[in-house]
Amino acid sequence: MTTNRREFLKIAGVSTLSLIAPAIVCPAWAKDKIIPVSNSPEALSPSKALTAKRWAMAIDASKCPADCVDCIAACHATHNVPGFGNPKDEVKWIWQEKFAAAFPNESHAYLRESLQKQQLPVLCNHCANPPCVRVCPTKATFQRHDGIVMMDYHRCIGCRLCMAACPYGARSMNYRDPRPFIARINPDYPTRTKGVVEKCNFCQERLAKGLGPACVVACKEKALVFGDMENPQSEIRLLLEKRFNLLRRASLGTKPQIYYIL
Amino acid sequence: MKKNKWGLIILGLVIFIIVITFPFWYGKGKTSPAPTLSLDTPAIAQLKEKRCVEDTSFMRESHMKFLGTWRDGAVREGKRLHTARDGRVFEVSLSGTCLKCHSNKEQFCDRCHNYLGAKPSCFSCHNIPGEVKK
Ligand code: SF4
Ligand code: SF4
Repeated sequence: MTTNRREFLKIAGVSTLSLIAPAIVCPAWAKDKIIPVSNSPEALSPSKALTAKRWAMAIDASKCPADCVDCIAACHATHNVPGFGNPKDEVKWIWQEKFAAAFPNESHAYLRESLQKQQLPVLCNHCANPPCVRVCPTKATFQRHDGIVMMDYHRCIGCRLCMAACPYGARSMNYRDPRPFIARINPDYPTRTKGVVEKCNFCQERLAKGLGPACVVACKEKALVFGDMENPQSEIRLLLEKRFNLLRRASLGTKPQIYYIL
Repeated sequence: MKKNKWGLIILGLVIFIIVITFPFWYGKGKTSPAPTLSLDTPAIAQLKEKRCVEDTSFMRESHMKFLGTWRDGAVREGKRLHTARDGRVFEVSLSGTCLKCHSNKEQFCDRCHNYLGAKPSCFSCHNIPGEVKK
């Protein structure tokens, strides 16, 4: 049978109609059944949960003793961050960078030597204008109302657009199954799986239980201060009012929310 | 030549129909026993009323959609407590709530999933209590 143009258009038209018909007519079988899950109008939030309008962190790295990695160890143990043992596959939520790497625009050769040598703790900035959220095609990366830029690992397809978009290198990809590379699995927090991207979540799971972020709690020097930027009386706001501080690559317009006291 | 062509076409069709209906006539008359699910766990034994979060028939039919709403609610909206239809309140947690009672995942979840060939990927990330030592 040879199909002429007229035949082809007829078939194409009928196919299109049959595709859109269910959406217009919407018979009972085409509707997704909605299962009532709960009678309560809104789910309760435990009264002890820590809440804020805009979570942020201030870091006073001058308080960090040389070679101290308490915050990193605490975070990575809490969140089952794997250690693949090679820099190419490295997965990190919080790590250290030299001043020149963390603040490329502010750094120059005649900067105070102690500052040039200083290792700064760096992590996801939970940007108020996060490029990672904008590029994520599946909305696996999203911004919560309290400012936390969070990952829904269930939705991540591992496309790594977010890694390309983040100007801070705050995101890591699991190129392999991370489970065998986790020194000791914390049973209270899930692991990730091969093919998903992960990053700091500002300890949202701990905030929900009324606990501060693991890194903040682990720091004996109180170099990390966590709090609500929208509350003028919060510890972090009072601290930032007193001390000069910088944001990483603020000129990019991502509005990072990790404030570095220098 | 023409006759030969039709012969080949019919032969092809017959083979096609045999192959496509293979599962139906191959499995005919055979029965595979339905899986028996074990509720014999210490946590369930202690329950006064043996009732899951919602009633059994609902859980059996719709636990996957139900867990999907738990997942989305907890991750995306921070809803970490679930009030069941009878008013009891549960923590929204697969490892913490579901597997606390069903601590025998292999005799409960897996039996049915294996029988049906369902391969949920929950546990490639979520921990199975007891499998990881504290
Ligand atoms: S630091 Fe990177 S990962 Fe974190 S919110 Fe900003 S762009 Fe996203
Ligand atoms: S890798 Fe995952 S989180 Fe990142 S952009 Fe792709 S889907 Fe979104």
